[in-house]
Amino acid sequence: MNKRLFFLLLLLAGIGAAAQVRPDADNAGLKLPSGFGALRVADNIGRARHIAVTKEGDVFVKLERMKNGGGICWLHDSNGDGKADEIKNFGNFNGTGIFIRNNYLYASSDQEVFRYQLDAGDKVIDPSNPEKIVTGLISRFEHEAKAILLDNNNNLYVNIGAFSNSCQEKDRQLHSMGIKPCPVLDSAGGIWQFRADKPNQTYANGIRYATGLRNVVGMDWNTQVNQLFVMQHGRDQLHDIFPEMYTEKQNADLPAECLYAIKKGDNAGWPYTYYDPFLNKKMLAPEYGGDGKKEGSKEYIDPLVAFPAHLAPNGLLFYTGSQFPARYRNGAFIAFHGSWNRAPEPQEGFYVVFVPFSNGKPSGKWEVFANGFSGKSEIKNPREAEHRPCGLAQGPDGSLYVTDDVKGSVYRIMYKG
Amino acid sequence: MKKGMIILSLCAAVIVVLSQQKAPAKAPVRAPVKAAPAPVSTLAASVARGNIVYKKVCLSCHMADGGGVPRMNPPLMQTSYVTGDKSKLIYIVLKGMNDRVPIEDDYYSNTMAAHADLSDLQVADVLTFVRNSFGNKATAVTPAEVKIVRSGGHK
Repeated sequence: MNKRLFFLLLLLAGIGAAAQVRPDADNAGLKLPSGFGALRVADNIGRARHIAVTKEGDVFVKLERMKNGGGICWLHDSNGDGKADEIKNFGNFNGTGIFIRNNYLYASSDQEVFRYQLDAGDKVIDPSNPEKIVTGLISRFEHEAKAILLDNNNNLYVNIGAFSNSCQEKDRQLHSMGIKPCPVLDSAGGIWQFRADKPNQTYANGIRYATGLRNVVGMDWNTQVNQLFVMQHGRDQLHDIFPEMYTEKQNADLPAECLYAIKKGDNAGWPYTYYDPFLNKKMLAPEYGGDGKKEGSKEYIDPLVAFPAHLAPNGLLFYTGSQFPARYRNGAFIAFHGSWNRAPEPQEGFYVVFVPFSNGKPSGKWEVFANGFSGKSEIKNPREAEHRPCGLAQGPDGSLYVTDDVKGSVYRIMYKG
Repeated sequence: MKKGMIILSLCAAVIVVLSQQKAPAKAPVRAPVKAAPAPVSTLAASVARGNIVYKKVCLSCHMADGGGVPRMNPPLMQTSYVTGDKSKLIYIVLKGMNDRVPIEDDYYSNTMAAHADLSDLQVADVLTFVRNSFGNKATAVTPAEVKIVRSGGHK
């Protein structure tokens, strides 16, 4: 063989070996099941909320607050070691939602949904001029994050969180009763459906696809059953508002954070009911005559999984990759941001869980998949958590990406075998 | 500066009083104790009562360490909302707060409920506690001041 060519090949092989994606020595501080590892793709990028990964492996992260001149962060790894070495920010708006479909990058502010056309290499063609797809959505203090996703029929789904805890006459006020019917539900507290390619849509162009959902941040389209699945943030402060009916401990443990499979027209019952994970029942909310014992109306849908209270599910992802072992396929990963409303009990969450699924139904109990984000063994006050998981995405190789909106870390979890 | 000095000396006085209370009270020290620190022991008692109110009413949102919840419930430390104008602070407790205003450069989503059901003394105590906890050092709030704000005097 030609000597020069031989050395060139050797050099290329050397580059190839050096450029392997390997987990960090400490798995980026995460505790994972045996056989898994993690690396930190990027750090300190800002308040990293939802995340989307292109087929080339580039990463887009929506920032809740603009940093370095933009509210969307593009992460590129040019040497193939898995670490972002080129970072660009663009997009003149804060927000949470981000999604890639049909050569477009969709991103949301708290009032609007925009899209950017992508080129053949999934690069944004014109970062300064997104197309406004939806405008004028309600954003009134509470639950303002607008999670977004597309189905396979060019429909755009937007969560519009309720601007209220439990639709009381006076929000979060001791003994204030619920308004009936709850007027919040006209413009929020549900999932709205829009067309993904029609500019400047408002409420008038949209359909209230599902209602009675207090606040959804984590949602995903399950391609196995072609259906929308959402994680609801359950209501707060049962004890604070009705101390005669609920103890502090019950305040911490009620109600469940619920995973719902959604069909068009579904009603999950907020604010009239909440789900008690111990009784496995929908209970009548105290603002509407409940007392912790009276059951709620059966007309509302039941959850598929009831998780412990207040864990704040901010990311939901059905795993379709083949990198992870077979039992993970089609199962659900959920990123729990971590609680605040369990005080004075210790807070809970701050981890990513896994629920095995088969044909759109849970096929086993949920388990903690990735832990250690908070960096502490116990969290009393949420601000003590060093990192809080928020968004989830699947990479083209089947890696699972997780964002953190405290320090702005992006994690990549891989199966090493 | 002057205010800070007064608060510091008040605190020092509290410590003096507390240590005097701990000491066996055999010696007849009635006259000197009575002379100066009477209002100071009022402050200490108000802080102690306020702590109880805080745990019952405020802790679930503002947390045991007064640090609040990032982007949801504002912290009660290192902010002029707590250590500044007392009338404004009293008004927030009595009327609640649902304004989209930055607090020390950040926004907080959750509605704060009104707590007009608390008595003037309870509001004064809990605010005195908050203004003298979590690293804060500020003057006491009195029931009379709460009464003025409650009656619409000024905010």
